[in-house]
Amino acid sequence: MQIRNVFRRELQGYFNSPVAYIFLVIFLMTTAWFAFDWNQFYEGRQATLEPFFRHMPIFFLFFIPAVAMRLWSEERKSGTIQLLLTLPITTQQAVIGKFLAAWAFLGIALALTFPMIITVFYLGNPDPGVIFSSYLGAFLMAGAYLSIGSLTSAITKNQVVSFVLAAVFCLIILVAGFPMVAGYLEFLPTILTDAIISLGFFQHFESLKKGVLNIGDLFYFISLIALALFANIQVIEAKKAS
Amino acid sequence: MVEVENLVKHYGPIRAVNDISFEVKKGEILGFLGPNGAGKSTTMKMVTCFLAPTSGTARVKGFDIQKNPIQVRQQLGYLPESAPLYDDMTVQAFLIFVAKVRGFSGSDVQKNVDRVYETCQLHKVAHQPIHTLSKGFRQRVCFAQALIHDPEILILDEPTDGLDPNQKKTVRDLIASMKDDKVIIFSTHILEEVDAICTRALIISEGTVKVDGRPDELKKKSSLHGALTIGFQDAPDENLRKNLLNISGVRQADLIDLSKGKGLRLLSDSEAEIAVPVLDYLKDQKIETNEFRVEEGRLDEVFRNITQPKRA
Repeated sequence: MQIRNVFRRELQGYFNSPVAYIFLVIFLMTTAWFAFDWNQFYEGRQATLEPFFRHMPIFFLFFIPAVAMRLWSEERKSGTIQLLLTLPITTQQAVIGKFLAAWAFLGIALALTFPMIITVFYLGNPDPGVIFSSYLGAFLMAGAYLSIGSLTSAITKNQVVSFVLAAVFCLIILVAGFPMVAGYLEFLPTILTDAIISLGFFQHFESLKKGVLNIGDLFYFISLIALALFANIQVIEAKKAS
Repeated sequence: MVEVENLVKHYGPIRAVNDISFEVKKGEILGFLGPNGAGKSTTMKMVTCFLAPTSGTARVKGFDIQKNPIQVRQQLGYLPESAPLYDDMTVQAFLIFVAKVRGFSGSDVQKNVDRVYETCQLHKVAHQPIHTLSKGFRQRVCFAQALIHDPEILILDEPTDGLDPNQKKTVRDLIASMKDDKVIIFSTHILEEVDAICTRALIISEGTVKVDGRPDELKKKSSLHGALTIGFQDAPDENLRKNLLNISGVRQADLIDLSKGKGLRLLSDSEAEIAVPVLDYLKDQKIETNEFRVEEGRLDEVFRNITQPKRA
């Protein structure tokens, strides 16, 4: 109940400011432009959204910290955190409610890319299962980036610092999963390089993008989100005084 | 209703609150006084469960701030310092949010929002985004937020800070109008406010309670308490001053400036009553006066003496 109240206020907050609309426009333009131009959607002559999703992990490095940066920095800077956390709301409820609102906002952004789906269905016979799991993968990865952004925004009152920290952390976790990392780390035992790669975003997103719905990948994203939000709650408890 | 027991709060090496205890009963308006940084806000933040105390505890209507923080918050209305608000919301949307979080649903939400509109006179600005409001209105919106569930206990952190005199009066009247059925704890450093609305005052300095009492009791601690201020038609001469000083109970007689010329201020020995003998003397001598006043004592002087380390 309280989570829902926090959620609704937060989501409303996005649409009360022009920033949300600017974000949506830029997000939709960038993703479409990359799909059609850079990744040669037409030239591939295949009815697939792969060119559309190919650079999603990179875009998210910029877009998602931008959505996340105000989550807690703003509350602490303006002092509204004193209001929020003296209402009968627990810190857990507040953290989860705000996170879910930002995640829903990103869900809306992803949903608004629906003309891409219409386009591929118009042009050919794409596999709906792959499209579904690609979107699911993008949504889960967005949640994972977001949970890290929410955590960094709890650490600092400065939104710019929060943005940079989130982008850097996400980049590290993203890059950890790149296949080439295994090459750099070949001096390590295979079991360790495998572990590092499986901790990164990349492989998990790749398999979802290919249409492989694997419990392990879902579990990876969900547990990463849970971990980051747990840390988020601890940071709020520790830092709200300052 | 509110019991504070040995509250202590450290910020690193700084002892912001150092063993504060007090109890507030129904019908009391407690003025929380003290210089900036004395620990007023920190104490309030602990009672409202925003900050966890380093040690000690507090109970609100029997609920412990550490064990039952949610129940404590349900009993309280809190106005944080400098009225933080969600600027991007309208007043209406904000108050609806607070009402829902406070557990109202259906038509009760708007009913309670309407009630606080009335109490805080917010009808005019109901549909304005909060960031367009003046400081006075912001304060009232934040006040409204604290009243939405009609709590029995109100904790107000500097509710009149930064307001103009008219706005200050509005807020003060608001507080005074609620004194019969609520417990109100409010912090301020405006002493006239304490005089005007508090039934009890607590002076805090360096994290500890220095004085706890009714405002009129506090004034008795002033060195001016019981002093006489006398204005004369003709400027008093040294002879007169000496003669007045000879009256028993008069400890000191100083020449002072009054609005209608020179006058004398007579300080009495501790509890001695000097007004009557002085008046008798002046009548006997047929000395004309245009002002004769028994001083109650001044809170600001008491405040200064208590909160400032004595100069060597």
